[in-house]
Amino acid sequence: MALGWLVVLPFVAAALLALTTAHARALSTWIAFAAALFGLGLLLSERVGMATYGVMQWRHAWVPEIGLALSLRLDGLSFMFALLVLAIGLLVFIYARYYLAGSDTLPRLYLLLLLFMGAMLGVVLSNNLLLLVIFWELTSLVSFLLIGFWPARPDARRGARMALTITGAGGLALLAAVLLLGHVCGSFELDDVLAQTARIQHDPLFPAILLLTLFAAFTKSAQFPFQFWLPHAMSAPTPVSAYLHSATMVKAGIFLLARLYPVFEGTDWWAYSATLAGLVTLVGGASMALFQRDIKGLLAYSTISHLGLIVLLFGLDTQLSTVAALFHTVNHAVFKASLFMAAGIIDHETGTRDLGRLRGLAKYMPHTAVLAGVASLAMAGVPLLNGFLSKEMFFGETLAQGMFGPLNWAVPVIAIVAAALSVAYSLRFVWGVFFDGPAPRDLPHYPPHEPPRFMKLPVEILVVLCLLIGLFPQYTIGRLLESAAWFTLGGKVPAYSLSLWHGINTPLIMSVVSFAAGALLFFLRRDAFRHHRSLLSDMNASEGFDRLVQRLEKGAAVVVRVFETRSLPDYLSWMIAAMIVVPGTAFVALGAWGGDFVRLPIDPLTLCGLVLMALLAVGVVLVRAHTLYALVMLSTCGLLVTLAFARFSAPDLALTQVSVELVTVLLLVLAIYFLPNFQPDIEPIPTRVRNGALALAGGALFGSVAYQVMTRPPAEGIAPYFLAHALPGSGGHNVVNVILVDFRGFDTMVEVSVLVVAGLAVKALLRGLRLKAPDTGPGGLPWSSQSHPLLLAILARLMLPLTALVAVFVFLRGHNLPGGGFIASLILSIALLLQYVASGVLWAESRIRINYRALAGLGILVAATTGLGSLAFGQPFLTSAFGHLHLPLIGEIELSTAMLFDLGVLGAVVGTTLTIVSHLGVRDKDMQSVEKS
Amino acid sequence: MEAAFAAAIGVLCACGIYLLLCARVLPVILGITLFSYAINLFLLGMGRLATGKPPVIAAGAQYADPVPQALVLTAIVIGFAMTAFTVVLALRSLALTGSDHVDDQADRRGHAKPDGGETRGA
Amino acid sequence: MNHALLLPILIPLFAAGAIVALPLRAKRVQRALNTLATLALLPVACMLAARAAQGGIASYALGAWPAPFGIVLQLDRLGALMLALTAVLACCCLLGTSSADARRGRYFRALFQFELMGLNGAFLAGDMFNLFVFFELLLIASYALLLHGGGARRVRNGLHYLVMNLVGSSFFLIALGVLYGITGTLNMADMGERLAHLNAGSLPLAQFAGATLMLVFGLKAAVFPMSFWLPQAYRSAIGPVAALFAIMTKVGLYAMLRCDALVFGGGSPGGVLDTFMHDWVWWLAIATIAFGALGALAVSSLKTTTGYLVLVSVGLLIAAVTQQTPLAWSALLYYLISTTLCTGALFLLADTLEPESAAVTHVAHVARGDASANAAEPGSLEALDDAAAAAISPGPDGERLAPMAMPRARTAAQATLAPVAVAVAEDPAPQPVQRERAPWPSNAAALLYLATAVGAAGLPPLSGFLGKAMVLAATPAHAAAVLWPAVLISSLLLIVALSRTGTRLLWAEPAARAAAFAPAYAPKGSTAKLAACALLLACVVAATLGAGPLRQYLDATAAQLFDRAAYARAILPAQDTAPAAAAPAAPPSTQTNGS
Repeated sequence: MALGWLVVLPFVAAALLALTTAHARALSTWIAFAAALFGLGLLLSERVGMATYGVMQWRHAWVPEIGLALSLRLDGLSFMFALLVLAIGLLVFIYARYYLAGSDTLPRLYLLLLLFMGAMLGVVLSNNLLLLVIFWELTSLVSFLLIGFWPARPDARRGARMALTITGAGGLALLAAVLLLGHVCGSFELDDVLAQTARIQHDPLFPAILLLTLFAAFTKSAQFPFQFWLPHAMSAPTPVSAYLHSATMVKAGIFLLARLYPVFEGTDWWAYSATLAGLVTLVGGASMALFQRDIKGLLAYSTISHLGLIVLLFGLDTQLSTVAALFHTVNHAVFKASLFMAAGIIDHETGTRDLGRLRGLAKYMPHTAVLAGVASLAMAGVPLLNGFLSKEMFFGETLAQGMFGPLNWAVPVIAIVAAALSVAYSLRFVWGVFFDGPAPRDLPHYPPHEPPRFMKLPVEILVVLCLLIGLFPQYTIGRLLESAAWFTLGGKVPAYSLSLWHGINTPLIMSVVSFAAGALLFFLRRDAFRHHRSLLSDMNASEGFDRLVQRLEKGAAVVVRVFETRSLPDYLSWMIAAMIVVPGTAFVALGAWGGDFVRLPIDPLTLCGLVLMALLAVGVVLVRAHTLYALVMLSTCGLLVTLAFARFSAPDLALTQVSVELVTVLLLVLAIYFLPNFQPDIEPIPTRVRNGALALAGGALFGSVAYQVMTRPPAEGIAPYFLAHALPGSGGHNVVNVILVDFRGFDTMVEVSVLVVAGLAVKALLRGLRLKAPDTGPGGLPWSSQSHPLLLAILARLMLPLTALVAVFVFLRGHNLPGGGFIASLILSIALLLQYVASGVLWAESRIRINYRALAGLGILVAATTGLGSLAFGQPFLTSAFGHLHLPLIGEIELSTAMLFDLGVLGAVVGTTLTIVSHLGVRDKDMQSVEKS
Repeated sequence: MEAAFAAAIGVLCACGIYLLLCARVLPVILGITLFSYAINLFLLGMGRLATGKPPVIAAGAQYADPVPQALVLTAIVIGFAMTAFTVVLALRSLALTGSDHVDDQADRRGHAKPDGGETRGA
Repeated sequence: MNHALLLPILIPLFAAGAIVALPLRAKRVQRALNTLATLALLPVACMLAARAAQGGIASYALGAWPAPFGIVLQLDRLGALMLALTAVLACCCLLGTSSADARRGRYFRALFQFELMGLNGAFLAGDMFNLFVFFELLLIASYALLLHGGGARRVRNGLHYLVMNLVGSSFFLIALGVLYGITGTLNMADMGERLAHLNAGSLPLAQFAGATLMLVFGLKAAVFPMSFWLPQAYRSAIGPVAALFAIMTKVGLYAMLRCDALVFGGGSPGGVLDTFMHDWVWWLAIATIAFGALGALAVSSLKTTTGYLVLVSVGLLIAAVTQQTPLAWSALLYYLISTTLCTGALFLLADTLEPESAAVTHVAHVARGDASANAAEPGSLEALDDAAAAAISPGPDGERLAPMAMPRARTAAQATLAPVAVAVAEDPAPQPVQRERAPWPSNAAALLYLATAVGAAGLPPLSGFLGKAMVLAATPAHAAAVLWPAVLISSLLLIVALSRTGTRLLWAEPAARAAAFAPAYAPKGSTAKLAACALLLACVVAATLGAGPLRQYLDATAAQLFDRAAYARAILPAQDTAPAAAAPAAPPSTQTNGS
């Protein structure tokens, strides 16, 4: 449980900080300190209770279905890293308090740093690989926010995005690797994975797992060729650089390598990829560091180089080299953090980090000079300091390895070169900043002076640590290192002695050589600088990265544009093509041509009708340029469809079709009144060919599908039931109408809602619509001066009552004979519309005072309420009931709730239809007023 | 008769699709209408063709399948709603863009030089 | 006979009907109705979900006509899940809809209710044609909602969206007709039963119909060759509408799951569509992922980027659908929940971070070839048609050229034209900009953006990551070789795109505005939108923490979906669905004769 608290604690503290106001600096400081201190105490207390090789675990289920659990583990290795995270974190907190003194952004910094601390603890403590991935990505996210801490600076934004992209990619690779591991081992728990190393190594997936893991580790730990994000991360505040980008986050990759070392050790894949990447990074980073003007840049590249050294040690793949790697991880964290803090102090006190401007600060800040000097000597690996010890071990291992056969000698040589370089840039840092003549008077802050006491405290602590480890390694770090190594190597810890003096041996000679060479290089640096441009362009890939991203974006835009042409015909042809090709392939599998259902005899009249219908359709296509003719042909075609319905025993359809047809045509006439009379095609020929091909294919496919189905005997379906129950069950003879209002009345209700929505949408669209009426009609003829012919108007007015009567009749008989609510309502609507057309909107609106929208709404409500009525009788929604009634003239009719329902439908349909068409008619209201004036 | 009926459906489909793919609004509307004719006949056919057997209960009569007819009826009404909406929308776009093309001419220009779509980060 | 199944449909229906019937001036009543009806959906959905969680399949025979003949509503775990998701999303959209939004067009509230009615109906429908009708309802409502606010760009994109879906509906009818023609029934469960015993001769017809049906649903869900309309359409919708549309693509997906499992026997031996799924849909899904990721990289406005995010998620979901295994489906359902909530939140945020006024004018500069504005607005696909919209649209759009736009464009230009120096920097210590109070977008907006972007891109620790991991883990080896790279690379591209958009919207432009002392704009009602966004985010967090129990429910859901016999038992009263046997049984409605 304590482990759980250890991880949760920083997040809780961060949450607390989020609640404090931006100005409560002191409070936020104390919260951060308390969190770090408490965490440290908790960790140590837990550890003290454990044996050197003891393991402590805590597990809590999260998503067992995918093997994800909140499972933590504290052993030697994780303890070492957790200690780094918490201890250095505490020091950084102290330091930041003074670094950002007097800025409102301090609480935000603490908040983010705490988030990072929690995430990092999660990485090093998690015992479940999926959980590790989660925390891993979290560290990337927080580092993104911290690099972009000053969002006003373009370089900060750029660096943040670069870091997120690279490390994020690594995180995704890690996810893949972990999922593969889980696939192989059947579990994400670290114990299970480490228990099956042999099995993993013999799995065909092993190379993929290894490479993905290395990719993740290299991106996080800035190994070649992914190193370039780290220097750009230096636009973060210095405490962040000290904490994330030297001591802890970049060590996450190292931690991953150490954690999974038992899985990978002893394979060539591992040895060679790690070694090569390490070598290149080691030398490249060191040489870049030598040529930086920005002191933080110098430190950044030296960090890269040292990380390369550690990775190289892992790659050498002897147990001892692994121990050295862990040892150097600690040492580097200690001295590099102190150096960054020193750099921050210099920056803070002088206002610049430019080595070209900084000089002779020793006179003004002697104390800082001493601290920075010692730390950089440790970085150079000078005896009596911690850097020296791990470097000795490193040299020893370069001699011990035997990977490159005849080229074995190259590795120690490269090692010496790199060491020399590190000596050189360390000297350059110390000499260039603190000596090298008097301080220039043009410093932003002149004269510089020592920082506040407590800003130096963390640096002092770390420098003292450098000394202590350097002098008494066994007592200071021995046990820590041993248990860490024990858990990394899976118990196979070799014999090694941590001591300052091993007598005169090759490694010692190598370091002496490297000192000499480094000093020489330092004194010759002026010449060296001449060549550094070329070197820069070789090593610094960041511009390349930006160019790559931009080219990606361009390319993506081009590709997207190829498909997303913003052209309806293109989209439609994509869809129709898909609809033809994909189902078509299934359809052609149908070998036989037609089924064995008895065909209907051909009668000439119907045949003629069908042929005429087809011809008219073709005609519409042919004359589409002339809107009026096209419309006439279309409506005639529609009439033939009506006849077809009537012919094939669907009288209701015929009636509905013809009335809908009338309204639609009316609508279209009103529409084409505003459209150009003559519309030549605008498509280029290839487009027309494409359209033609699609049209033919579609017609052929759907026609033949229809034929295939129609020539098969019908299945014993639900139809007979309707025929059997229409009369007894719902008291209607007209089965279609009974289906509409009773059997499937629910459909009708929804469908009416569709109609009403359409009405609303149209009304919403028409608001404020102003269309310029063309001054000439088709064929350039002028419009008739008489906008509303008198005869038509009179006729329409006479017809209105008659049509209304017809509508009522049709409505009442609908349940038994062809007819019903729809048809009646459409007839009624037409009669009303005629008034608008014949006598003009102004006249009609002055006479007919119906709020059609409200009518439509009421219609729906009536229909739905009718349905609800049945609930009162314990029957489900829309259950119908009916009784008989005698009416003069009309005769015996059933009066059923279904009819009431139908009444609602009628209201809705009439309301909607008139909403749509009458309001479209309103457009010419203005014209009338114009005419009148 | 089935063959002729199916052929008619096919022709209507073809004409409808061709008109749908035109670049002006009116042909598209005509296309929608034609296509919906075809679909309605198609649905009717799915109940198998029958002549002189309207599904109105009478003594000892035979009936055509009423279900597809009900479906077509619903489809007709919905189709009417959709057509009306499309027509008005077309007029609206005519009023706003001043052209009766289904696509925006600016897009055609933009399409001409796709590198207009290149982006740069902040 | 439990009437509760009706509520998700009847509540919006009555609300909408009343709103329509009320006179226009009764604004307050209409708003109250809308609010109440929407909020009421939440408890109803929870109640239904609780019922469904017990494992039974509830069915409701409308008009008391027995199952294969009348229309039935059915409620299983999946339906309940979708209902709950819709209710949550609807409530957040309601909260995010400022009255200013509603006033930008007419009948917003009625349309909103009709949309909800259509969605809920689609999730409850147990009858093919009924499903079609509800699809039509939610579609026409969505057309109208999409156009809400007017303007040239909306109208054109609306026209594209409308015609595409009209044609799609026609194909829906074709498929439906064929299915009726060969099975003679409309009830889904019944149809499944009959298809299972279909004579081999007609099998290709069933496959034809099934493939057509799946493609139609694919159109709603925006699968690759039919997805090009989506980004522009969603972009031109106002924030709350776009947020509600986050569920629209999922309706298509739901229909795919439902029909494939219940009607075409997917997953079971002899599933009608198995080959089609593996040969076609699988590759279309991969293409969708690729296209979406590229699109997100290619554009710069947040709304459009989110549109492409939707595409990526749809691709992943459908790729999982084609696996047709309970494991994959349960994983995809989890991801579905997560992505719906996240994209909804992003759409709401987009409205507050880059309000239309800004977008339109700011691109008007691009139209005039203003170099600095070009640099400011990453040219981007939508720039051109924005420019077009700003240029050609008269009247209502004219006033959108808000005064604040000028400084905004200028300062944005300064932001991006500022020299990009490497770390040799001016003084890094406290920045003058930081000293001032944080300009809009506030920290809250920034925080919400970060969280939602993380969730949408599928980064840890939010549910998006878990969902992606689940889907990846559920992919069998042969498919994984294709899917894993696609998903991981697309995620990387999404990270690039979202971090770019975020840094521009939340870091570069506010800083530049502050530097140029330009007024920081805070669009009206943005606090409400942020609150809605926060609510959605809270749901995401809940889905993350409660992933274990949720996943158990989903496992049960997937298992239930593949158990067709259960549906047959629950929905079809007697096993003998042959009409000959059913005919004598007089329907209950006759008992109320003469009443």
